[in-house]
Amino acid sequence: MQVLQVIISGVSQGLIYGLIALGFVLIYKATETVNFAQGELMMLGAFLGLTVVTFGLPYWVSLPIAFAGMWLVGILLERAVLRPILGQPAFTVVMVTIGLGFIARGLVTMIPGWGTDTHTLNAPFRGEVVRAGELVIGMEHIVVIVATIVLSTALFAFFRFTRVGVAMQAASQNQLAAYYMGIPVRRLNSLIWGISAGVAALAGVLLAPITFVHVNMGFIGLKAFPAAVIGGFGSLPGALVGGVIIGVVESLAGVYLPEGFKDIAAYVLVLIVLVVKPTGIFGETASKKV
Amino acid sequence: MRFIFKTDYDQDIRLFKHGGQTFWYAVLGLALLAAPWLLEEYFLSQLSFILIYGIVGLGLMLLSGYTGLISLGHAAFMAVGAYTEAVLAARGWPFPVSLVFAATLAASVGVIVGLPALRVKGIYLAIATMAFGFIVEEVLARWEPVTGGNTGLQVGQLAMFGWKADSERDFYYVALVIAVLVTLGVLNLLRSPTGRAFVAIRDSEVSARSMGINLARYKTTSFALSAAITGIAGALYAHKVRILTPDQFTILQSIEYLMMVVVGGIGSIHGAFFGAAFLIVLPQAISLVKDYLPPGIGQATGLQPTIFGLVLVAIILFEPYGIYGRWLKIRTFFQLFPLYRRGLFKRQKAFMKSERLR
Repeated sequence: MQVLQVIISGVSQGLIYGLIALGFVLIYKATETVNFAQGELMMLGAFLGLTVVTFGLPYWVSLPIAFAGMWLVGILLERAVLRPILGQPAFTVVMVTIGLGFIARGLVTMIPGWGTDTHTLNAPFRGEVVRAGELVIGMEHIVVIVATIVLSTALFAFFRFTRVGVAMQAASQNQLAAYYMGIPVRRLNSLIWGISAGVAALAGVLLAPITFVHVNMGFIGLKAFPAAVIGGFGSLPGALVGGVIIGVVESLAGVYLPEGFKDIAAYVLVLIVLVVKPTGIFGETASKKV
Repeated sequence: MRFIFKTDYDQDIRLFKHGGQTFWYAVLGLALLAAPWLLEEYFLSQLSFILIYGIVGLGLMLLSGYTGLISLGHAAFMAVGAYTEAVLAARGWPFPVSLVFAATLAASVGVIVGLPALRVKGIYLAIATMAFGFIVEEVLARWEPVTGGNTGLQVGQLAMFGWKADSERDFYYVALVIAVLVTLGVLNLLRSPTGRAFVAIRDSEVSARSMGINLARYKTTSFALSAAITGIAGALYAHKVRILTPDQFTILQSIEYLMMVVVGGIGSIHGAFFGAAFLIVLPQAISLVKDYLPPGIGQATGLQPTIFGLVLVAIILFEPYGIYGRWLKIRTFFQLFPLYRRGLFKRQKAFMKSERLR
């Protein structure tokens, strides 16, 4: 029974990674660049949610407000910083988003009321537990699990069935050809940054009851990278599967392996995957004729 | 404007292109040699740090600037060099021998990390090296018998064959000699077939391969050399700070090194040293002006990361070739005066293509 409990807590932790990884995957799928500031966007979203709740509004209201606020931030970032370097190699975008992450983390410490303290966000379901026989799972985790699955299904459908989603994938495969086909590449990039920042905000507000709200909460994003890679970077369901694999391996390592292995399990796993199958589980492979 | 009239093929690969360069580099060399008499001990110590970080910058420049591979785990190579040196120095090995050993060990670790690099590129490589960096950091913290864990590892003074670098000046000269040797080594490498192959791989893997360049071999070589140079810097660093702890080699340091390369000027040897100077000078400049800012901003713990981030973003947006690029523009302005045009260094419009399809 203990194994089952460990696996269940691993799965719920893994879906947290998956939820954050969704944000990376969105931007990667649409623009083939990776946003290293995703964790910081999540942190900003959580702080926005916290501010809304401190004003006395209920928790559930803070979700759409944080989503909309971060949507705006995402669009502004794309417009001001990412658009001028559109089409530059991946390295440039990586460095810019790392810079943005530094700025976000620094600025938060200067805002009165946010600062470097750890804040608690009181959600109505906080502290409740669900029992099934001897298994126990926190209500916070159930909310995250449900939200992650709903979000990823919606986003998957968006990329699969809407014209905009298909156009985004085309733009990521070949920008120049996409321009020729009349796809407004820049406007789509703006849109996807908005969506991705919004998703990050939802992740932040939903995670807040579990991880608390503080400046460095974005560092959990570094664990979401392995999740995205294991699943195959451009795949939304892959992000969830990758997250779950990492979560389970991590919690098993925490119980059955010596101390220290828990923290690096995700990274050992990702190195193995990169050597054995670099495209990940659900990665797309296609060959190009030169 | 100077026109070099080439009459000999050797002129193409000469280190100093013309008399002016020879003169100015000689001046720079003399100034560096005289520095211990011109500077106070504190500034001399900072100059040593600039040299050490400059060597790190050279190592990373070789990999990121010239071969086009991203590494988010260079602090790990530095750690391998530093801890190897610390352990060997404690056993009484002379510095040159332990330095070679530290570089070799870092290089072999580099080869191991380079192996996934043969199959992945771009962003995947960044994540692979980042993962490697985390693993090394954890090993340093847990392998207490050798690394001293989180309490740290004491390092003795730099010593060889009965001579000890027990003053700031002695250490500075050792660092200077090594920095000059490494710089010359990298310059020589870049004008050799191997270096040309690196640049070809950076510019286009497909065309490099069709020119008969063995991608796997050269990428591994690049990783190994870059790691070895960083390991050398690590060995010097160990003797400079005298105590090593795992938190000196985290992902934040790896990011700082990348920042150094980008801010200094990606794809130039000068850039490595400009970036190192930037990395050392900026925190001190910040602490100088901090007291004049409003307390809410000046005393915030996030002030330094914010400024680092702002500089990084600004450099990438407005000056893609960093400090060195700006220097080139200023120089060209005066050389061409009054004919300089703004569009002279304009970035070519680029369109991204998928890396997934290959």
